[in-house]
Amino acid sequence: MSDELIQRVLKVIATSKRIPLETVTIDSEFQQLGIDSMDAVEILFALENEFDISIPDDEVRAVRNVRDMCAGVEKLAAAKSAGAQAGQ
Amino acid sequence: MRRVAITGAGAICAIGRNTAEFAESLRQGRSGIGPVESTDMSQVRFQNGAEVRGYSHQPYFDDRRADFMDRFAQFAVIAAREAVADASVEWTPELRETAAIVTGSCVGGQSTEDIGFQEVYKLGHNRVHPLTIPKTMANAGASHISMEFGITGPSFTISTACSSAGHAIGQAFWMVRSGMTDLAITGGSEAPFSFGILKAWEAMRVVSPDTCRPFSKDRRGMILGEGAAMLVIEPLEAARARGARIHAEIVGFGMSADACHITQPSSEGAARAMRAALRDAGLAPEEIGYINAHGTATPANDPAETAAIRAVFGAHAERLAISSTKSMHGHALGAAAALECLAAALALRDGILPPTANYNERDPDCDLDVIPNQSREARMEYALSNSFAFGGLNAVLALRAT
Repeated sequence: MSDELIQRVLKVIATSKRIPLETVTIDSEFQQLGIDSMDAVEILFALENEFDISIPDDEVRAVRNVRDMCAGVEKLAAAKSAGAQAGQ
Repeated sequence: MRRVAITGAGAICAIGRNTAEFAESLRQGRSGIGPVESTDMSQVRFQNGAEVRGYSHQPYFDDRRADFMDRFAQFAVIAAREAVADASVEWTPELRETAAIVTGSCVGGQSTEDIGFQEVYKLGHNRVHPLTIPKTMANAGASHISMEFGITGPSFTISTACSSAGHAIGQAFWMVRSGMTDLAITGGSEAPFSFGILKAWEAMRVVSPDTCRPFSKDRRGMILGEGAAMLVIEPLEAARARGARIHAEIVGFGMSADACHITQPSSEGAARAMRAALRDAGLAPEEIGYINAHGTATPANDPAETAAIRAVFGAHAERLAISSTKSMHGHALGAAAALECLAAALALRDGILPPTANYNERDPDCDLDVIPNQSREARMEYALSNSFAFGGLNAVLALRAT
């Protein structure tokens, strides 16, 4: 995963949850950050806007920490850019 | 205090255009869930809902009257007409002046609002239709019922999300029980199939991509529904005196607030509402035979409701029969509690407990007798109807077989 992508995800989480950026790391569990199901849904909404992706419900069901969230975003962002290149 | 009888019932929803059809579908365990037809779903992640399929106002309202009514208000009047006819209400000037109307609705006529706001936001027009406000207001159902029957007594609407109709019926029950009114029309109506509302539900990620499987391990969320149910309630003595048919008695109502989280359910709050209903009815937990569960089929609700039932009923929880009829008529939001209270009343009246449809697999976190897939013949004396809303506002009704 690129550092740039991770930093963008961390920033989205911190902004959405209104917590200091330095409290969010790639190793944070949602539970440690106090992220409940409604917080998670808001973060997904913000990530969709940030990366211009659509995150299917099934992709997020098992995600409980920042690392898995970054990996999921990376996969969807890569699929999107591959789709864009194929379209060119 | 007076005892309170349900003497009239009316329903329109995905599994029936009237109470008889509704009862038959519940008996058969027939689900009304399918691809949404009334709204373009091409830009919505989920595709299924529990609609009143092929609905048109025309058999019910002339075009000019329908112009003034959002679909949710039409459903309210359709169900109220059936309930009033079913109860054979003998109107007198005094009764029209004192009868009450208490309805529930969560989103009201937001479909109308959605269309109106598209005019200015999307189409760039400078005007919104002048009936947008009177069609959108959540009390339009109660208002149109009052005009339909010339009822001039206390009439109002309660909006507590998925508990709206539970709070409405409970309030009407208390009004009749206390002697404040001698007749009430009460229930709920909803028609939430509109693009903007569906997108908002999509964003919450609680709607199932296939169907509604309450208490089943493979449940994937709720399915939205629409429709209305209305009841006519009156003092039991008066109903007997006039020889009215009595579907069931309402014997208790309890409510509570979770004071916890705006969307996540709390089993403590749910348990307190059930206990309050039992206390109001003067019942011991062991007297309850059937519970029509809130049972939304979201990952969060069903285990929380199971835990709440276990907390209230202890060892008796093993002997309770429980089902979620949302598996058939969907989650009709502000109408849900009315459809479910009616389902519970019919279960007591007919001795047939409706099933939890679409059930596949036992979940250790929802390990109660949920009447999977097939209705069950059983005579029960007492039943509860549970409603637990977003916002943590809970309403539970207690019913008794006549």
